[in-house]
Amino acid sequence: MTPTNDIFLPRLARRRRFGVIFSVVCAGMVVLAVAVLGVLLASLVQQGWRWLSWDFLSHFPSRLNPEKAGVKSALFGTLWLIGLTAAVSIPIGLAAAIYLHEYAQKSRLTRFIELNIANLAGVPSIVYGILGLAVFIRLFDLGRSVIAGALTLSLLILPVVIIAGREALAAVPDSIRQAAFALGATRWQTVRSHVLPAALPGMMTGVILALSRAIGEAAPLIMIGALTFIAFVPDGPMDVFTAMPIQIYNWCDEPDAIFQELAGAGIIVLLGLLLPMNAVAVGIRAWHQRRKAW
Amino acid sequence: MLRVSGFMRTKERVIHGALLLCALVSVATTAGIIWVLTIESLRFFSEVSPVEFLLGGRWAPLLEPRSYGVLPLVCGTFLVAGGALLVAVPIGLGSGIFLSEYAPPSLRSVVKPILEVLAGIPTVVYGYFALVFVTPEIIQPLVPSADIFNAASAAIVVGVMIIPTIASLSDDAFRAVPRTLREAAYALSATRLEVSTRVVLPAAMSGVVAAVILAFARAIGETMAVTLAAGAMARLTLDPFVSIQTMTSYIVQVSLGDTPHGTIEYQTIFAVGMLLFLITLTFNVIAQRVLHRFREVYE
Repeated sequence: MTPTNDIFLPRLARRRRFGVIFSVVCAGMVVLAVAVLGVLLASLVQQGWRWLSWDFLSHFPSRLNPEKAGVKSALFGTLWLIGLTAAVSIPIGLAAAIYLHEYAQKSRLTRFIELNIANLAGVPSIVYGILGLAVFIRLFDLGRSVIAGALTLSLLILPVVIIAGREALAAVPDSIRQAAFALGATRWQTVRSHVLPAALPGMMTGVILALSRAIGEAAPLIMIGALTFIAFVPDGPMDVFTAMPIQIYNWCDEPDAIFQELAGAGIIVLLGLLLPMNAVAVGIRAWHQRRKAW
Repeated sequence: MLRVSGFMRTKERVIHGALLLCALVSVATTAGIIWVLTIESLRFFSEVSPVEFLLGGRWAPLLEPRSYGVLPLVCGTFLVAGGALLVAVPIGLGSGIFLSEYAPPSLRSVVKPILEVLAGIPTVVYGYFALVFVTPEIIQPLVPSADIFNAASAAIVVGVMIIPTIASLSDDAFRAVPRTLREAAYALSATRLEVSTRVVLPAAMSGVVAAVILAFARAIGETMAVTLAAGAMARLTLDPFVSIQTMTSYIVQVSLGDTPHGTIEYQTIFAVGMLLFLITLTFNVIAQRVLHRFREVYE
């Protein structure tokens, strides 16, 4: 064999060896990512576990007496926020999705709205906080209230809800719409009685994921001045409030080690709220994909 | 009896209008953001010249002698976001290739949701993780002189946070490459490594680049983890082991204090917010362009 033929040598053993190394490296990256999640959860449990008790859930936060501190006000604040945010963002977001997917003609306005939503989804959450501060607090004078927080969070997750809603509608085959139109149904009758029921599970998955994002947000709430140490539960939408992520941030920011442990316990409570929501969302998606009729 | 009644027609029209109104809420949001940022920024720039703001190397708006050069904040932001990419690109891309080219479907359906959990964890939790684990257990043993608050630990946790974005989007891009390309390469006796890196990766390049740019924009806008981990010391440095301040953590710092409405300190929030908005918007638009312009279209 002449040297010029070298480049045509298969050199299979060598190439296979590189292949094995590469696949091990790639698999190692996955293992690394999953391991980071494991270490994160382990350090949480190690720091916060011993503080978890019924008292932790039912006591108010306290600076002077950290041993007796709890997350009651933050937990109720978060529940209020989530309820109001859901009530505002779900109807508006899904209605917008229905408009864009079922009603809108291909026009400049439609293209503009779609481009706008895609860009809004990439705006940092703190910028929504600035918007909330200037509009809901200064302009509408809502004060540092639950409703101001909920409206800010609603604007934040609206693009996510709309995009998820559109995807769910796009997964419904056109034949279902055409069948309804052929029987003389109006557009709204078609949407309400045929398209929406078929798209509902997909929409629920998207909405739950969007809401779980809202639960974890702290930056926009800090911007609108959600209070940190309050020792009461909001009575109505106009009351001042605090929320779980803000309480956690506040404890993290204290120099004493005991506050960091409290933050760990607070995070376990927050994740105890979030992870089941995510599991339900993923579960609905899996269930829907299995029983899909088309 | 096939006539549509007038009532029904009106009802259809009302519903159509109401739905359109909801879609326009998103346009109003954008308009609101731009309007709010512009109005207050203009007030700020009536007192501080834009040149001083954009090119000044010292940021001290809260202490005398005051100075409004935003470069230290921009530098801190890019230091953290760039460091985050160093962490997230190898791990995210490696995971993406593994999921789409190597993993059997059963493994993939387990691993992908686990990775997505990383994206669902609130950012304040990553800040906590940086404080109680990354800085004391990783950074300080390696670099004993590192500050308690430092850019490196912020970069690591933000990197972890954006792994799922890169992994998931690049996995989607790889899987969009048609099977026929892979089979053609295999028929020419390429190994799996060669198919992955010389056929699939180039074909999916636009999706991968867009994923990385989107993740970068997310890292730039990231707030709570950076505020907790990186500190609040605005300085113009590329040293990742000292305390720095990012644009987002400056905004948080001001809004945590009692800054009266109408003062120049209050207006700095909007000027910095405007800059942050424009930077993230630019990267998002670039990502969309890359995705649409340079996409290899098969069939």
